Amino acid sequence: MQQVDLVIIGGGPAGLAAAVAAHEAGIRDIMILEREAVPGGILNQCIHNGFGLHSFHEELTGPEYAQRYIDQVQALQIPIHLGTMVLDITAGKEITAVNKSGVLQLQAKAVILAMGCRERPRGALNIPGFRPVGVYTAGTAQKYVNLNGFMPGKEVVILGSGDIGLIMARRMTLEGAKVRAVVELMPYSTGLKRNIVQCLDDYGIPLLLSHTVTEIRGKKRLEGVTISQVDDKRNPIPGTEETIPCDTLLLSVGLLPENELSKAAGVELSPVTGGAVVNESLETSVEGVFACGNVLHVHDLVDYVSEEAALAGRNAAEYILHGHANGEGIPVCTQGGVRYTVPFSVDPHKITDAATLRFRVDAVYRERYISVYLDGERVLHRKKRILTPGEMEEVKIKKDLFDTHPGVGTITVAIEEG
Amino acid sequence: MVYDVAIIGGGVIGSSIARELSRLKLHIVLLEKEPDVANGTSKANSGIVHGGHDCAPGTVKARFNVPGNAMFDTLSRELDFPFKRNGAWVIVSSETDIPRLEKLMEQGIANGMTGLSILNQDEIRRREPSIHRAAVAALDVPSSGIVCPYEMTIAYAENAAENGVEIRLNFKADTIAKRDGIFHIEGPAGSVDARILINAAGLYADTVNNMVSSEPFVITPKRGEYFLLDKTEGSLVSRTLFQLPDESGKGVLVTPTVDGNLLLGPNSRVTGDKEQTSTTREGLREVAEKALLNVEHVAMNKVITSFSGLRASTQTDDFIIGPSPDVENLINVAGIASPGLSSAPAIAVYVRDLVKTMTHAEENAAFQPVRSTFARFRHMTVEERRNAIAKNPDYGVIVCRCEQVTKAEVLAALRGPLHVHDVDAVKRRTRAGMGRCQGGFCMMRLPEIIAEELHIPLTGVTKSGEGTNLLMNQNKQNL
Repeated sequence: MQQVDLVIIGGGPAGLAAAVAAHEAGIRDIMILEREAVPGGILNQCIHNGFGLHSFHEELTGPEYAQRYIDQVQALQIPIHLGTMVLDITAGKEITAVNKSGVLQLQAKAVILAMGCRERPRGALNIPGFRPVGVYTAGTAQKYVNLNGFMPGKEVVILGSGDIGLIMARRMTLEGAKVRAVVELMPYSTGLKRNIVQCLDDYGIPLLLSHTVTEIRGKKRLEGVTISQVDDKRNPIPGTEETIPCDTLLLSVGLLPENELSKAAGVELSPVTGGAVVNESLETSVEGVFACGNVLHVHDLVDYVSEEAALAGRNAAEYILHGHANGEGIPVCTQGGVRYTVPFSVDPHKITDAATLRFRVDAVYRERYISVYLDGERVLHRKKRILTPGEMEEVKIKKDLFDTHPGVGTITVAIEEG
Repeated sequence: MVYDVAIIGGGVIGSSIARELSRLKLHIVLLEKEPDVANGTSKANSGIVHGGHDCAPGTVKARFNVPGNAMFDTLSRELDFPFKRNGAWVIVSSETDIPRLEKLMEQGIANGMTGLSILNQDEIRRREPSIHRAAVAALDVPSSGIVCPYEMTIAYAENAAENGVEIRLNFKADTIAKRDGIFHIEGPAGSVDARILINAAGLYADTVNNMVSSEPFVITPKRGEYFLLDKTEGSLVSRTLFQLPDESGKGVLVTPTVDGNLLLGPNSRVTGDKEQTSTTREGLREVAEKALLNVEHVAMNKVITSFSGLRASTQTDDFIIGPSPDVENLINVAGIASPGLSSAPAIAVYVRDLVKTMTHAEENAAFQPVRSTFARFRHMTVEERRNAIAKNPDYGVIVCRCEQVTKAEVLAALRGPLHVHDVDAVKRRTRAGMGRCQGGFCMMRLPEIIAEELHIPLTGVTKSGEGTNLLMNQNKQNL
């Protein structure tokens, strides 16, 4: 068994940024394990621009954004094992992986989970009908089109208005397909506003809110889909059925953090995020195992993934160099439309100048306040014109606030009307 | 040339007969209209190897079910397909129904079963903690098992091919005529002549029979719909749980699959259309509701796919097996609804013996009962993996993350004896794409590997036969 200080599972944006930060914090014995043949993760197929506005103040494409981190990892000579699939992680931080050269068995001092997420498949939706060719997740189609250079079809319907669905509506149009409609179950899009404007409105692609696909037609090849309007409980309304002929149905119906390895290691997962329950250091319930990026919770912007991953990298380094000073974390509670926060608890002794809490809301809210309470006392109250489930929100709680409020029992993040 | 035997249909029945017949020195051809064997009813059913308590004594079903079941241990080892005797329970929720369980038990004993017993409530709750609280007793059927029905069919067909049976895929028999004692079978892919015709055409066995016989029968498709759940739910129950059977069949069951998933289904609805394998909103709702008669709770958010299959049922609700009453050398093996999978091994032996009597064929001395197959990465120990990768580095390239399928296995499937090349064919031979992400990742890798192996463009890769190309054209070609 090979001893390694820090093993990072995943060489996408989270894993790369975590590696760079851990190196800067003094760790030299780092190994990144990446299952694909190239580093960069899903960014490699995101050839559209709009990445890096926050981190680099530039508009980069996905591959360009990834390259910035790949260059740093290479300059720092951090080893990255490509084509390497991790099969198992134990609570004792033993890692088993395979690649063309054989089986790797590693004993790590600390592990960073950065495996990303996967798309929710058709099966999870139980759309009735046949199972013909022509039904793909949006990400699979994105790979076919952007990396292989081939189109799955000519007449397209997209179910789900998450960002990948919106981006693919534009891409399929630019590459010569006719996108008939983007169909969204909810009364609002779960994608970024800028993507609705730039990917649908600019190309005259209709966005059908409060609609869903209720039947898949065609036995061998997709011939069309039946769509129906849904009521406020999201049930299809009889009599509203409409058939749209198409040869391709793309599904953009949610992303699921890919935590099978985390489960095997005994990491506690949140039923809300599907990711690990972490403290302010982004450490999971298993000591020395950290998580960041989309495996922790699904992000809207990669810039925040990088920022979060750097925090995980620094804290993993701190853990390797100085071990644990186990303090008591203050639990974070949510109220009034806040679905969850990451982290789930904060130990004031372990934050440098502020604790950043990221969260998502459960519906669209207009003219509301984000409030933070330390026990009963409101310490933060910020007006937001609009909050939507598609966009991640954040609040920062300054370290001083904890100094002036010693012995706090709970932190509460809430959406309030006044 | 004139074949000694032509088998129409590459389902579990045609494939098992082909393999049993390959023990004899005969020229045999199997004709399958689809691009792979196990592409109809044999790919979409419960995968249960029934004990045999369910068949009325004296029926053809009763004759084959129990002996068929007994053959699975040896067969699954020889042919290397997944099979497990996990046992089944028929459960009742009312004390007044216990006499009906006793009657089922007597029926099972009359059919030659052993080991049956009736368990009380304490016993069933202790042994299956997730069982529905209303369940008061169960008939224990320890000989019941679970099998992967398409892997079993593929295994039979591949072993038949290894032993000299010619398997012609994509051969649809449009017309069959008998002239001068020879069956002439014609279709778009060509024509075949044979002395003996075995009708194992599943849902279309009536069409095949009625083309040559003046003793017609009708096969009615009955649709059954299913939910398949993530492997995380596969240990909800360890046995197959049924309700008491009623007119429509054995009812909706809850069972682990032999691959470790959880399966719910089927319902039963007559459809007029033999291609009507779509699922319906109402049907799926019915399955979800009725599954909950067996267990307290099912995590429906862990469903990874839903599908439906068609039962080939007859007017008599029994199998039609044996020589045609009016056409010499025509053997019908028709109406093979449940327990057809369980009976298939015994049916195949019966048909082999029948053909042997008809032809006086010698034994095929070269017959090899053990199918040559490939090692599955997911079943290997660390040491075995190390050795496998050292010999073949493609064993270190994971194509399907969820089911841990390697490139070596995908290539082995493509290089198998049936010369299949569809994505679905690879999927059924390796399980690539059958996991929780349902191909989200490996559907990117598989087409590339297939195109490279077959030296075809990516646009030539098909899901399941002609017209099912995954990719249609290059980017911008339609601008």
